Amino acid sequence: MSDHNYVPSSKLGKWFNDRLPLLSLSAHLREYPTPKNLNYWWTFGGILTFCLVAQIITGIVLAMHYVAHTDLAFASVEHIMRDVNYGWLLRYFHANGASMFFLAVYIHIFRALYYGSYKSPREVIWIIGMIIYFLMMMTAFMGYVLPWGQMSFWAATVITNLFSAVPFVGESITNWLWGGFAVDNPTLTRFYALHYLLPFLIFGLVILHIWALHVPGNNNPIGIELKKPSKDTVPFHPYIVIKDLFALLLFLIVFAFFVFYAPNILGHADNYIEANPMVTPNHIVPEWYLLPFYAILRSVPDKLFGVIAMFASIFVLVILPWLDTSKVKSAIFRPIYKQFYWILVIDVLVLGYMGAMPAEGTYLLIARAATIYYFVHFLIILPILGKKEKTLPVPLSITDPVLGGSPNPNVVKKKEIYN
Amino acid sequence: MKNIIKSICFIFLSLIFLSQNIFAEEKKKLLTTDWSFKGYFGKFDRASLQRGYQVYAEVCASCHSLKYLSYRNLAEKGGPEFSKEQAKAIAANFEVTDGPNDDGDMFVRPAKLSDKFVNPYQNDKEAMASNGGAYPPDMSVLIKARSGGADYIYSLLLGYEDPPNDVILDEGVYYNKYMYGNMIKMPNPLSDDLIEYNDGTKATEEQMAKDLVTFLAWTAEPHLEARHKIGFKAIIYLIILSILAYFSMKRLWSRVEPEV
Repeated sequence: MSDHNYVPSSKLGKWFNDRLPLLSLSAHLREYPTPKNLNYWWTFGGILTFCLVAQIITGIVLAMHYVAHTDLAFASVEHIMRDVNYGWLLRYFHANGASMFFLAVYIHIFRALYYGSYKSPREVIWIIGMIIYFLMMMTAFMGYVLPWGQMSFWAATVITNLFSAVPFVGESITNWLWGGFAVDNPTLTRFYALHYLLPFLIFGLVILHIWALHVPGNNNPIGIELKKPSKDTVPFHPYIVIKDLFALLLFLIVFAFFVFYAPNILGHADNYIEANPMVTPNHIVPEWYLLPFYAILRSVPDKLFGVIAMFASIFVLVILPWLDTSKVKSAIFRPIYKQFYWILVIDVLVLGYMGAMPAEGTYLLIARAATIYYFVHFLIILPILGKKEKTLPVPLSITDPVLGGSPNPNVVKKKEIYN
Repeated sequence: MKNIIKSICFIFLSLIFLSQNIFAEEKKKLLTTDWSFKGYFGKFDRASLQRGYQVYAEVCASCHSLKYLSYRNLAEKGGPEFSKEQAKAIAANFEVTDGPNDDGDMFVRPAKLSDKFVNPYQNDKEAMASNGGAYPPDMSVLIKARSGGADYIYSLLLGYEDPPNDVILDEGVYYNKYMYGNMIKMPNPLSDDLIEYNDGTKATEEQMAKDLVTFLAWTAEPHLEARHKIGFKAIIYLIILSILAYFSMKRLWSRVEPEV
């Protein structure tokens, strides 16, 4: 890092900075050398930060009007939608914000998978990211329970019941989670408390995520370590700031389309029916962003192993830096990995689709095949591929054309678009 | 290697496609009509909302509640926009229990604008007991609570027909081709000239269904007009801002390299 010797120009600034180096920090953030060949897939980090802050702000205002009680929760949401000034906007922003958050995080994760951003020396960034992702899923799930609609109630019932699969202590665990013998008011109030708490933990982890990023610096599309600063890098401000801002604005247009013109399209109609423990919905489905995991859960015939498979599907991601044995980071220089990457993308989409369908017949069969393939990809294909694959020659820097006829990054970039 | 991968992809995709087709066949195509509130500039047809309220009040209200609405909503912007006096007169037709007064007694008074819509039944149990065990759902958010939304309720209202020969219905159960499982406990609520519209519109079954569904679309989404209006402005604003950001970005990055 180049900025440790930053000296504020004013006397007061210097006095303050010697005691708390906030100005040094801000200088570091401005000058942070960033690879200049980052493409738009790299803008999702900034977009995600925006999503988190937007969720926290809208969430806090919603919490001022929401009542966490089984008799009043549903009515209080309707109160927000009808009587609170711009309450409909806040709620639709928050509810669709969750979907947008996950959309962005999936793009962010799949970008890391494509360009090998999880590899040495960035394993810790990746692991923190996975913890954030896991906390996001918990937060989103608990938030979904709060309106106390039919899907809220039954999703809470199904998910908390998973823990009853734990041998010997399963029932005690579920009762402990519920705060009783069924999903009821104590469950709702604790979910509310945790739904309020977890985003702040996520916020803290995001700071660590960025801190860990600023140690080795960004990965980049050609996946080589750069000398920093050099002519391969640009200062974060204004170059990356303006690019992130532009991408964020485009993202917000999509976001606004959902909020204003299709606010309920990503939700489930049943959640506008107040929770009723006596009536089970025909299909209980989680929100779209959890569907792949739901498909994995249901494709295993045994409940306990289903739960294990579901958690394992996240855990394999955590240990991914050690499963992928290839020294080359970017898929641009890994022709075979690139193919398998796209199969994985399709596999996850298939899992998501199967998660929304009833678990029977052909659907179940496809879901099982896709589940098996998911684990095969990470546990078998990646370790072997890293050793066997013939990778293309990697350039030595972003700007310099490389000896030996390896691809010029600009040409590579263009080729990527057409592939 | 490449060929194997490609064929795997192909098989996966065609399976998805096939299963989607199988799924699609199970669903009946819903009836629809020219809803005034659909689309980017959709607004409620004021006259239709007022007629819709009349259908609700004269046909549905004997069984179905609208518990999240207040009488004042009827006079609010973006809704049926009855005049304040009309809304007051509507409210005054209903009685609410208030109190306790200074003597500690509950008393009955005519409803005011600030009161919630009065429920037709004391409680859910009474509602079920009066309707052969079926609970007539609250209609406040009914349109959002059914997949298919406005089209579904519209289809349901017009979907009553004689059961096929192989279907035997119990007493108090009716056949409706759009209902899940085709069995519904609500008898066909609408028929031509069932009510006489205040504005003289001919009360055909389709007209009443359309007006009622428009009214229910409003009760489910009372701020829909504001949402469409603000949304349009927000998106235009974002587009202009992104164009500005784009050119600023181009300008800044021109110092680094011609292509961003």
